[in-house]
Amino acid sequence: MFLSLQFLGVYAPCSRMNFGENNTSSINPSRLSVNHPLMLRGSAVRSSATSSTVVRTHNSLVIDSPKELERLDHEELNKGVVGVNNYSGKFGKYGGKYVPETLISFLGKLEAEFYSAVRDPEFQEALATALKDYVGRETPLYFAERLTNHYKNENGEGPELYLKREDLNHGGAHKINNSIAQAMLAMRMGRTSIVAATGAGQHGVATAAACAKLALDCTIFMGTQDMQKQPFNVSQMKLLGAQVESVEGSFKDATSEAIRRWVGSLDTSYYLSGTVVGPHPSPSMVREFQSVIGKETRRQAMEKWEGKPDVLVACVGSGSNAMGMFHEFLGDEDVRLIGVEAAGFGLDSGKHSATLARGDVGVYHGTMSYLLQDEEGQILWPHSIGVGLEYPAVGPELSFLKDTKRAEFYSVADQEAVEEYLRLCRLEGIIPAMEASHALAILEKLCPGLPNGAKVVVNVSGRGDKDAEMINDHRRQQETDSDVAESEQRNCRTADIRVDGVNDGQIAKSTDSTAYREQSRRIRRQIAEST
Amino acid sequence: MAFSLKTVSFLPSHKLQTSDRFLRFQSPKLVVVAVATKSLKAMASLVAVSPTSSVGLRETLTNLRSQGKVAFIPYITAGDPDLSTTAEALKLLDSCGSDIIELGVPYSDPLADGPVIQAAATRALARGTNFNAVISMLKEVIPQISCPIALFAYFNPILKRGIEKFMVTIKDVGVHGLIVPDVPLEETETLRKEAIKNQIELVLLTTPTTPTDRMKAIVEASEGFVYLVSSVGVTGARSSVSSRVQSLLQEIKEVTTKPVVVGFGISKPEHVKQVAGWGADGVIVGSAMVKILGEAKTPEEGLKGLESFTKSLKDVLLQ
Repeated sequence: MFLSLQFLGVYAPCSRMNFGENNTSSINPSRLSVNHPLMLRGSAVRSSATSSTVVRTHNSLVIDSPKELERLDHEELNKGVVGVNNYSGKFGKYGGKYVPETLISFLGKLEAEFYSAVRDPEFQEALATALKDYVGRETPLYFAERLTNHYKNENGEGPELYLKREDLNHGGAHKINNSIAQAMLAMRMGRTSIVAATGAGQHGVATAAACAKLALDCTIFMGTQDMQKQPFNVSQMKLLGAQVESVEGSFKDATSEAIRRWVGSLDTSYYLSGTVVGPHPSPSMVREFQSVIGKETRRQAMEKWEGKPDVLVACVGSGSNAMGMFHEFLGDEDVRLIGVEAAGFGLDSGKHSATLARGDVGVYHGTMSYLLQDEEGQILWPHSIGVGLEYPAVGPELSFLKDTKRAEFYSVADQEAVEEYLRLCRLEGIIPAMEASHALAILEKLCPGLPNGAKVVVNVSGRGDKDAEMINDHRRQQETDSDVAESEQRNCRTADIRVDGVNDGQIAKSTDSTAYREQSRRIRRQIAEST
Repeated sequence: MAFSLKTVSFLPSHKLQTSDRFLRFQSPKLVVVAVATKSLKAMASLVAVSPTSSVGLRETLTNLRSQGKVAFIPYITAGDPDLSTTAEALKLLDSCGSDIIELGVPYSDPLADGPVIQAAATRALARGTNFNAVISMLKEVIPQISCPIALFAYFNPILKRGIEKFMVTIKDVGVHGLIVPDVPLEETETLRKEAIKNQIELVLLTTPTTPTDRMKAIVEASEGFVYLVSSVGVTGARSSVSSRVQSLLQEIKEVTTKPVVVGFGISKPEHVKQVAGWGADGVIVGSAMVKILGEAKTPEEGLKGLESFTKSLKDVLLQ
C-alpha cells in the first residue's frame, strides 16, 4: 500500500487514484477537497490527518499531529523515502525557523492559515480555477521528437525525451503557480500589500501579475546587477503595476531588503517567497503549490504511455521547479530524480552556483541547508549565466534528498547551458529559459547511459526570450575569446566547447572539434562512474 | 547553580566599579589597577570561576538596580571603520560610563539589522575584519576595561566555527554575554547548553509581536537579561519609542525578577529618559552610535563624536 506522507498525506495519492478511477477524465488533483472520496480512499492516515486540530504550542499556532501520522512519518524516514516532519518544517536536520523573534508569531499564523487553506474546499476550488483559467494549466507534456533523435546513438537507440512545458504558463515560468496561490493566501489573511524579491525577474513578474489580478499592492525588490541583466522583466513588472525597488547588489541583497521591509509592516504586508527556501512553512508551502507540476506529469505520463516516467530532470537554483516536479514521485523509487545545478565558469573556478556539489551545511535566510560560504561562515555570492540559478543556498528538502541519495545532482557550466539553449531553439522551435537550459544540458551526459526507449521528462521551467540578448552578447564574447585563444595557441583546448553553426543553420554541437568530442567522452565517463 | 550564586553578593561591587573607574582615570598604571580591582570584584561576588572572570551582565544590572540606576548599553560594530578604532571606542565607551557594551560581530547577511548596521558590517568585512581578529582585539582590550562585553553575533558564523569552539573562544578572552538575533527560542537548545557550560550569559529577545505565553518561556530561558525589542522591525533609529514598550515592560516584570533591557530604535536622550522612566533596567543604543563612527571623516573625529554623544545619553540617566 502506498503511504505517502507528502504534505500531511492529504494530496499525495489522489492523482494515482485518478487514473485508476477515471483514466480519461481531466480531474485536477488540486481541485479535490480532502473530503472528496478520492482523497479519503485507501488510507486511514489521511482521514486522521483531516481531523487534526489547531492548538497552541509555545504560543504559536501549529497543527497537532495525530500520533499515528507521526509514527508513519518516522517509518517513512527510516525507509529514506520522505523523512519529512511537516509539523516542525524539518527535513532530516534541514529546514527550521532561524529568524528573529519578531517574525515567529507571524510564521505561526502563516502556517496555520496555510494548513487551513489546503484543507478548505473553497480555497482549493478558487485556486484550481485560477490555475486553469488564469495561469493556463495544465501545461503540455510534449514529446520532443527531434531532440530525441539528436541524442540517439549510432544504432538509432536512446531514451524518449519529453518536455514539461512550464514555459507556457502565464508570465512565462512555473513561478506563477506559487505566486497566485500565495497571493490568495495573503488575501485570506487580510493582508493588503505584497513584498517580494526577484532574481531573474520571473518571480517578480508572476507576483506582479497575481497582485494586479487580486488588487493587492505589490513591491518587488531586485538587485541592480540583475536589473541590468533582465531589463525586459523589469519593464513587465512595472507594466503590471508593481513598484520595483532597486537594491545595490543582486538577489541576495534584494531578498534581505524585502524581508526587512516586510518585518517593518507585519500587520499589513505579506512576504511572498518565490522558492522552497526560507523559514518554515515557506519550503513546504512553495513546494506544495508547485507540486501541481509533478501531479500533472504523472497523469499525463499515464495517458501517454500508461506508465511512469523513468527519469525526471530539473534545474536547481534554490529548488522550486525541481521540488514541484520531484515531490509527487518521491515515493516511486523506480523513478530517477536528477537535479542540475549551475557550474558557472566551472566548479573549481569559485564562480558557480553549485551549492549541493560544493557547499556545506549552514543557516541562511531562516533555514538550515547546504550553503556556499567561506571558512568564516560568511555567505559567498554565486555565479551562473542563468540568473535565476544564482542563489548561495538551496532548499532544505533538496539538501535532505541529497543526503538520503533519493535524488542525484549534477552540474552544468555556463557554456554547456548556452549550447543547449541554442539547440532547443533550433531543434524544437522552443526558446527555453537559461535556467531550464541547464536541465536540458545534462541530456548530453545522461542519454548515453539510459536504456533504449526510457522515458525522460525534463522540466522546462520557463521561457527564454528574456535571455536572448544576453545569449547573443555571450556568443559574441565567446567568439572573440576563442579567436584570441586560437591565435595564441593553435590547438588550444578553449575551442573544446565552442558554439558555432547557428547562423548557417546547423545545430549548435560543433562536430568538427576533436577537443569537443574528447570532452564529451570524458564527461560521459564521469557520469557513468558516478552512477 | 552558578548563576544564583553569582547574584548573592555580600559586598556592593558597584562601589568597587565606581572606584575602579575613578582610579583608572587618575592613574597611569591603568592595567595594573584594573586587574587588582577585578580580583576584588571576583571575591566580592563569591564566584571566582576563573581568574579572567569579572562581573557578568546580570550581576551588573542587578547591582545598578539596587542603587536605583538604569544601565547604559551602547552597541558598536567590530571593525568599522577598523579594529584599532573599535578597540579605542570600547575603551572610550567604558570610560564614559557604559555599564555593558554590546559588540556586533560583522556578518554578510545581517537580517535583524537595519541599513546603518548592515552598512557598518559590510565596511568591516570589506576591510578584512574576521572573527579571529576580533577575538585578538578583545583579548587586548577586555583586561583594560571595567564593564562586561556581550557579543551580538549571527548564527551561521557560530555554526561554521562550531558552537562549542565558539563559546570556549569567547569565554577565554573574557566575553560575558552573547546575543544571537536569528535563533529563536525553539532552536536555542545547543546554544544554551554550550553557553551554560562556558558561563556565557545567552540573552534572548522578546518583541511586541511575541504572545504572552511565549514571552514567559523566553524570559525563563534568557540569561544575563531579557532583551525587549522596542519596535516591530529591524534595528535602526526611530523618531519615537512606542508607548507599547511601557506595558510590555510591566508584563515582563510581572513574571520575572531578571533585569529587562530595551533596545532597537533608541537614538536620542529623550528616548533613553522615557524608557528609563518606564522601568527598564537598561537601555541599548546601537545604530545611532554606529552612524557616528561610520559617517566621521576620520576615526579620531568619530571617537570624539562618540564621546560627546555617549555623555549626552549617560547624563540623562544620571539626572
